[in-house]
Amino acid sequence: MSEVPSELKYTKSHEWLRVEDDGLITIGITDHAQELLGDLVFVELPEAGTEFVTGDECCVVESVKAASDVYMPISGEIVEVNEALADEPEIINTSPYDSGWLFKVKPSADELADLMDADAYQTEIEE
Amino acid sequence: MPFIPHTDQEIAQMLKTIGADSIDDLFDEIPAHLRAAVMSSIPAGMTEMEISRLMRERADKNTKALCFLGAGSYQHHIPAAVWEITTRGEFYSAYTPYQAEASQGTLQLTYEYQSMMTALTAMDVSNASMYDGASSLAEAILMAVRANRKSKSRKILMPTTVNPVYRQTAHTIVKGQQIELVDVAYDETTGTVSLDQIKQQAEGDITAIVLQQPNFFGCLEDVDAITDWAHENNILLIAVVNPLTMAVLNPPGEWGSADSDAKNKGADIACGDGQPLGAPMSAGGPYYGLLCCRQSLVRQMPGRIVGRTVDLDGKEGFVLTLQAREQHIRRSKATSNICTNQGLVVTASTIYMSIMGAKGLENTAAACHANNNHLVEKLTAITDVKQIFSGAHFHETVLQLIVPASEVLSGLMEKDILGGYDLSLHYPELGNAILVCTTEMRSEDDINAYVKALQEVLNSLSGSADSKVTTLPETA
Amino acid sequence: MMLIFEHSSKGRNGAPQSPVEKASVAAIPENLLRKNSAALPEVSELQAVRHYTRLSQKNFSIDTEFYPLGSCTMKYNPRACNTLAMLPGFLNAHPLTPDEQNQGFLACMYDLQAMLCEATGMAAFSLAPMAGAQGEFAGIAMIDAYHKSRGDDARKEILVPDAAHGTNPATAVMCGFTVKEIPTLDNGDVDLEALKLAVGPQTAGLMLTNPSTLGVFERNIEVIAKVIHEAGGLLYYDGANLNAILGKIRPGDMGFDVIHSNLHKTFSTPHGGGGPGSGAVGVAERLKPFLPLPTVAKENECYRYLTAKDCPESIGRLSAFMGNPGVLLRAFIYMRFLGREGMVRVAEFATLNANYMMSEAKRRGFTLAIDNRRASHEFIITLKNEAREHHVSAMDFAKRLLDLGYHAPTTYFPLLVPECLLIEPTESEAKEALDGFMDALEQIKHEAETDPEILHAAPQTLPVKRLDEVRAAKQLDLAFKGSE
Repeated sequence: MSEVPSELKYTKSHEWLRVEDDGLITIGITDHAQELLGDLVFVELPEAGTEFVTGDECCVVESVKAASDVYMPISGEIVEVNEALADEPEIINTSPYDSGWLFKVKPSADELADLMDADAYQTEIEE
Repeated sequence: MPFIPHTDQEIAQMLKTIGADSIDDLFDEIPAHLRAAVMSSIPAGMTEMEISRLMRERADKNTKALCFLGAGSYQHHIPAAVWEITTRGEFYSAYTPYQAEASQGTLQLTYEYQSMMTALTAMDVSNASMYDGASSLAEAILMAVRANRKSKSRKILMPTTVNPVYRQTAHTIVKGQQIELVDVAYDETTGTVSLDQIKQQAEGDITAIVLQQPNFFGCLEDVDAITDWAHENNILLIAVVNPLTMAVLNPPGEWGSADSDAKNKGADIACGDGQPLGAPMSAGGPYYGLLCCRQSLVRQMPGRIVGRTVDLDGKEGFVLTLQAREQHIRRSKATSNICTNQGLVVTASTIYMSIMGAKGLENTAAACHANNNHLVEKLTAITDVKQIFSGAHFHETVLQLIVPASEVLSGLMEKDILGGYDLSLHYPELGNAILVCTTEMRSEDDINAYVKALQEVLNSLSGSADSKVTTLPETA
Repeated sequence: MMLIFEHSSKGRNGAPQSPVEKASVAAIPENLLRKNSAALPEVSELQAVRHYTRLSQKNFSIDTEFYPLGSCTMKYNPRACNTLAMLPGFLNAHPLTPDEQNQGFLACMYDLQAMLCEATGMAAFSLAPMAGAQGEFAGIAMIDAYHKSRGDDARKEILVPDAAHGTNPATAVMCGFTVKEIPTLDNGDVDLEALKLAVGPQTAGLMLTNPSTLGVFERNIEVIAKVIHEAGGLLYYDGANLNAILGKIRPGDMGFDVIHSNLHKTFSTPHGGGGPGSGAVGVAERLKPFLPLPTVAKENECYRYLTAKDCPESIGRLSAFMGNPGVLLRAFIYMRFLGREGMVRVAEFATLNANYMMSEAKRRGFTLAIDNRRASHEFIITLKNEAREHHVSAMDFAKRLLDLGYHAPTTYFPLLVPECLLIEPTESEAKEALDGFMDALEQIKHEAETDPEILHAAPQTLPVKRLDEVRAAKQLDLAFKGSE
């Protein structure tokens, strides 16, 4: 059974979002997504400073048998990426919601209301 | 029935199991009015004896002339062992090594190929091969556009000293992706591209530059200076090389001045045709395209790549790796639509390189070069045969004549000599020019035969066709 | 097994295969010369021969095992096709030999073009594409050229069924198109309603494999052709499964405008451990001007290559010379072996074998992906029940089959069917081979129910056990860099 922390926001394409105290938003892929992909072997991260709008492909996570795009869940600028994933992409497998985060975004609009809460995401992945 | 083993009794049993009355019933989902009629224009089947006779007759119709023709395909000696082993059924009739445990032969061989090709080119990484040299250049260009994120122009500098059919092929393959191939003219004295001419074309943002060594004229480009310049300007350098000549020439991984920093040393991508390494000329193929790159670009590499790993017991083994780049997983986002490599030709090439070793390749390449010097020296001793370009050349040379090249080559053909490549189609500015090639297979007798034949042909042409001489272009 | 590099000893060679002395290269400037010799193995000819002979023995192949790899058509590659294609007159032909001196080879190419036209119902063929993927590229580039030649510039979308092979969408993108996927119904046919909604003035064409990758014939092909053509699009035939219908129904008669044929499948040229192949392309009359170069014409009993001068609207060249001539010769020889009557038998017996195996699979308790339909030349078993109940995967079945001496069918393709095995026996296999394979599959099913560990631990009898693909992708080791 995949873990779905109640305090996070989610997308249908299996990204999670956490609003930090400084207003930045941390983004990663869900436990369910990492289970589907299997052992991750590579993550192609965006460059800090790049701006994206909602729905842009901004990152690729790769396992042996699959490669999956990560879609930008909200519009904004990338302010920091998780450099540790370059050498150890498997952190996403072991800690998808914590040390396996992908990048932090400075949002350019308030779009959080459009996203799913934990209950809705749980229902989504059970279908 | 050719290649169908079924007996009548077996057919009856199988139909019974299926629950069908006849084989034809198995096609009852096909609309009846669409069913094919007898394919009357296809001949009736033949026995092996009959088809052997037909093929021998046809093979015998092809010329057995002495070959001084190169221009992208070269007649080299191939050890008998190479194709004897390559055509063993276990290599010949196997497929893509998706079941790694049942394909260790093909996989290990491919890993060895990648190792040899990186050794020869001094590049970090080689893939398992592309279709041929021309298509590997096209893929190298697409790869450069993906890899050079600092450049937005999708503009590629393409010297006209790159094989013209390679340039045409690259154009066909990349034109759907809004990539611009910008011609760069060559220096009329040296037959190579100069940095000055490149700079003239290099306005604004450039994604990559292509450089062929030896170039199509057989001349040697100033690879170090151009590589340094490209890297100073964030331009990727794509090398097109003849891999046999790399046994003697500075390989693309080493291009650039000695003091350029290690990160920038060498070409970024190297491609070319593997034919000189163990593949017969065979009317144009199958050959294979080599494709190598620096380590940092490996995820932009198209095609198959084999990696070494271990099994459950820790025993060494080989698998296809980095498959998530490929079409069967990434579909519309794949690095290329390519599914295969030229596996069997790569098999031959790997065995060829093993048997020859570095020393064998060096001696072969040096002999090609020395034979060409020798031939050119003798030919240019003939009145009105001139070497156009100054400077060093490898095993091909451009010669200028005072009568149309096509007539000279036809004359030589009548004497059973393939005398070279007529440059007028792609390089009309060179006038009556031919590209002559020698490999290690051309003996002293062969060279003398060519010299004698050319002399005779020129004598008869200039004797009988004075009017043609007067129509010579000014460039002569 | 040791690498060839590990057999190397400094200074060893001894093969009389190159000039004994190195000629002078003093005419070449010093800075253009190589500084150190390439680190190639230094072995004797015998060491090389023994090493590669032994490596070959670590492969499964058609010549040694039943190889029912779905969608790949692993039929017998007649030995004579190899022997005759390697006659010196063909091998020593320089590709730029004047046409008059190359008549024997060109005659074979011309005849091959003509036979392919007749066998597929197309108006003209080009043999230039060097593989199926290049054939697809040529086909889609021709569709693009056709629309543009009519000033119809807005057609930027290619439709592809979701069951299609990954090359289809990858090719469309390479040619500058966007891709729209069309869903497939449970019975294997294309969802016609979805197709009708998807077409429009942006539609350049539809890429279709028929029989489809699900191993069934697309029964609505005429309606599909009508929908696409009425929308102004063209219909592309992916010839991956041509073996199923050869001589029975022709793509041209079904309404296809352009096709590629994988000669390494239907026409039995060797797969060679992954190539070289050939993806010859055929077209209907209106696409003829756009065929890739070169093609071969016959004029006054003389054959010659057509080039850009003859065909100014061509999409251009795809290779330096003429595709893969050695492969084309093998296909030509095979087709002459079969003749018109032999070609029909290809489809008949490939289909008989597949339907027999499908019936046997059902009888032995396997779940078919698509039940109650005829199989084409291949069919699909889904192991989703076994996966759920016994925690064994299609991959486990595949690996266990290797232990029992059979090459595994295609696994996990098509992607639409969970835990699938795509099985294609081809016409050249005898009933004993099919029965032996079904016995093995049944044995594995029994093992899955009673002792699934046997499957998880498979293979046990091969040169290596299961390999660590994660390690291979993470700790990239792509070339031997010396034995320290």
